Parts: sequence; C-alpha cells; structure tokens
Amino acid sequence: MITDININLSQWPFRRLPLDETPELVEKLHRNGITQAWAGSFDGVLHRDVAGVNSRLANECGLHGEGILIPSGSVNPMLPDWQDDVRRCHEQHGMRSIRINPNYHGYKLNDPICDELFQQVVTHKLIVQLVLKMEDVRTHFPLMMVPTVDMTPLSDLIQRHPDVRLILMNNYNTLRGETLSKAAQAENVYFDISHAEQVGALEKITKSVPYEKLLFGSHAPFFYLEAALLKFKESELGETITRAIQFKNAERLLNEP
Amino acid sequence: MIWDLHGHFSGVDGATVDERIARLMEYADRMGVERQVFFMGWPWSRDPTPEEFRKQNDQVLQAISHWHDRAFGFAYLNGRYPKESLAELERCVADGPMVGVKLWVSFKCSDRKIDPIIVRCGELKAAIYQHTWLKVQGNSPGESTPTDLAILARRHRSVPIICGHTGGDWTRGIRAVRAEKNVSIGIGGSEPTAGFVEMAVRELGADRVIYGSDIGGRSYASQLAKVQGADIPAADREQILGLNLKRMLTPILNAKGMKR
Repeated sequence: MITDININLSQWPFRRLPLDETPELVEKLHRNGITQAWAGSFDGVLHRDVAGVNSRLANECGLHGEGILIPSGSVNPMLPDWQDDVRRCHEQHGMRSIRINPNYHGYKLNDPICDELFQQVVTHKLIVQLVLKMEDVRTHFPLMMVPTVDMTPLSDLIQRHPDVRLILMNNYNTLRGETLSKAAQAENVYFDISHAEQVGALEKITKSVPYEKLLFGSHAPFFYLEAALLKFKESELGETITRAIQFKNAERLLNEP
Repeated sequence: MIWDLHGHFSGVDGATVDERIARLMEYADRMGVERQVFFMGWPWSRDPTPEEFRKQNDQVLQAISHWHDRAFGFAYLNGRYPKESLAELERCVADGPMVGVKLWVSFKCSDRKIDPIIVRCGELKAAIYQHTWLKVQGNSPGESTPTDLAILARRHRSVPIICGHTGGDWTRGIRAVRAEKNVSIGIGGSEPTAGFVEMAVRELGADRVIYGSDIGGRSYASQLAKVQGADIPAADREQILGLNLKRMLTPILNAKGMKR
C-alpha cells in the first residue's frame, strides 16, 4: 500500500513523456503497488484558463483514475478572480488539496498575494502542495529559464499561517540549514521524497526531518516511478518508518479536519 | 548483472577512503551492484595540478586495493598537463591496477592537446570517461559539451569514448554524439527524467548505452530507475546495466589478468 502525493496528468510542455496518457500511468501505478495518487496537472504550470485545467483534471481522475487518483487543483493567484478557482476546487470538485507553482506564476513567498492565498486555503480547509521546481534548472528550455522558488521567506510564511497544511514538493537541495530545520519543526509542514538524493537518501533525510513529516512522492511521469520506489530498497528504514512514509503520514494528513 | 560505471567517495561518512568504500559497498550490495568503478578522491579539484591528481589517484588506488573483486579504478587526469597526465596514465593503468581514465571540467576535450592521452588509452585498451554537460546557463570555461566530445571522437575513430552524463540535457546530448559510432553514453549523474533511456536506445542502440550512478552524490535508486523503469526490451536492459561496460573493459581486464 503506497500513497504517491506527487504525480501529474496531461502533457509536459517541452516533450512527450512515456506515461503522459492517464490510463497508461494508472496501470503503471497499479502494477507497482500505488493505491492512491494525488494528481496535479502539467497544464496548471503554464495555462491561464485554470478553471478549465481543474475541470479537466477532475474529469480525468473520475474517468480513468480507477479509484486511485485524487485531483489536486492548480491555483495561480496572479490571475484575475483566482479566489474562485480556490472555491471551485473545494466546492465544485471536492478537492482536498491545491498545487501552486510560485516560480512559474511570478510571485514570491513574501508577497502579500501569497498571504491572501494561504488565508483562502484555511477558509476552504485545503492542503497546499508547494512545488519548488519542476525540472533541473540546468536543462530548462533556453527561452524559458525559471529559477527555483526562493525559500528564504518560508519560515516567516509558516509562522504567519501555522494552520496551513503545507507540503514542500521537489524540495531536495533547495531547503537547507535553518530554513530546513525550522520547516521540519513546524507542526503542519511536510516534505515529499521525490528528489531525495545521495546514497541511502532516506536514511539521511530521516536524520534531519522527522519521519512523520515525510511523504512518498514520485514526480511521475516526469521522473521514472522506480526512482522513488527504489529508495526504500537502498535505505534500511524498518517497517514503522517505511509504512509511515509510504502511506500512513499521507493518510493522517488527508483525514485531518 | 549490474556493473556501475561512475562512483565517488562522497555521500558517506568516513575519515579514510577505506572506511568510505566499505560503507558504499553496503549500499551496492543492497542494490545488486556487482562491480563499481571509482574515480577521483577528495576534496574535489576542478582543475587539478599534477600533484593534486596524483594524490587523488593514490586515494583511489588505496580504496580499491582491498576490493579487487568488486571495484575498478579510473585514473583522474587533466588535459592541461598532457605530459604529466601521460606519466600518470603509465603509473596507474599501464603499470598499475586501474582500467580507465576520467577527464572532468578543466579542459575542453575538443582541444588537440588532449590527443596523446587518447591515443595511449587506445593502445592500453583503457576506458575513457569524459564528463560533458550542456547547461542552459552556460558551461564553465573548460567544461566539455557532447559536441566537443563528438569532435574528439571523430579524430580517434578506433578508440571507444564514453560521453559522461550525456550532457545532462540528454535530448540534445544524444543527438550530438549519435553519428560517432565509437561513442557510448554514460547515463548517470542527472535527474531520473523519464524517456531518457528510451530515446537513447532508439537513437543509439542499446549497445551504446552504459549505466552508471555517480554515487554518493547521486543515489543508486534514482539512477538505476532510469534503466529499470524504462520501456525497453529485457535484453537491452541487461546490456545497459552491465554487459556493455563488461564488454568494454574485457580486453584490459584480460591483459591484466584481472577477474571479470
């Protein structure tokens, strides 16, 4: 039993990916023991008709998700009337989380708009999936080089919004030092493991982040799903920690009121 | 069978290389990696003097001295010092236990000054691993691209050369070396982006694709996933994971009487 909190549907704008058709991706997830997957949409990174993106995402999860896909809608607070996208995610689509890409959408974590977004999220009791980057900045398309999200303001943001349940996605090497330790200590902040690197990566991460804060995430189909799965072969974590990262922590997070 | 082309002594604790390689081999065991290539010691030196690369090679020689059945060493050289690099090649490969060379970021491999090293490697049947990247922000001054490597390969058509990292941006890297049949690609040391190995097999053929991890900065998990997660025939997977590297190293291993 595994809950993957980091997959995307639809197509990456810069190349076709092997599993960017939902039925094929779902089949692969099934085959590898993924019993629940929180799905965002690649379209949400660049498209401006975000309401359309989220409608398609919800429909796709319903049509092809075979009961394992949970949609996580995109919100871009730089667009007019973005508040209604938040409302629709919650009220119309019954979503439990939203996904945000501040670097692609053009705002910083210390911008007032980010505070307003986090207030809306609390109102609608949504989880925030904050994506720090989508791909290695060294391999971006030359006309579209997007820096990784600047995490310097994160500690203050968390302090101002302690009730927001926040997942830091694609975070490895972006969070370090005091910013990492403060985030790890915050009650409602979680980390996905999709980008965790070095030999024995999970053994190392559990030394700096409590295992109760770690969530299985693959970043599939952009990454090979096996990259996340094999991390559990490379690190010897024991059953309790493995189960916590693979599904217990996500289950607890999703069921929090 | 998994033979890993690309490993360093980073990512684990240990005051000595002996301690570090022992720790790294525990991870190799867990992941089924039978053979591991190591090159470069520490601290990192991007443009090593002859004294520095000799010291780093000493570290590798020490590390592999207790792991002859599992670990191979490649000699770290610097094309900016061809004479000293040739002498180091003799010390570590011709007269020592190492079976290949590593060229990093100090000197563009398209420069003809590097040719004597390549020629001598060809004579010794030593593997040649040349780091390459294609950074959209721009490479460092001496850092080679796959296009640089293709220029080098055209001058030495009978010498097998490995295009390290496939340029990172593998969509361009694969194309850059596609026409040079003596070039294989090393797929390690980049994010496990899906489609990499599928494109490599389609454009180059499985026999020109070599698995490597770049441990300990990278994980075995993310790098093995590129092969184990790729939608390719099982026979291609076996070639990439070990058979291709074994085939490349067999002549020099035989010449040295080393176990294959």
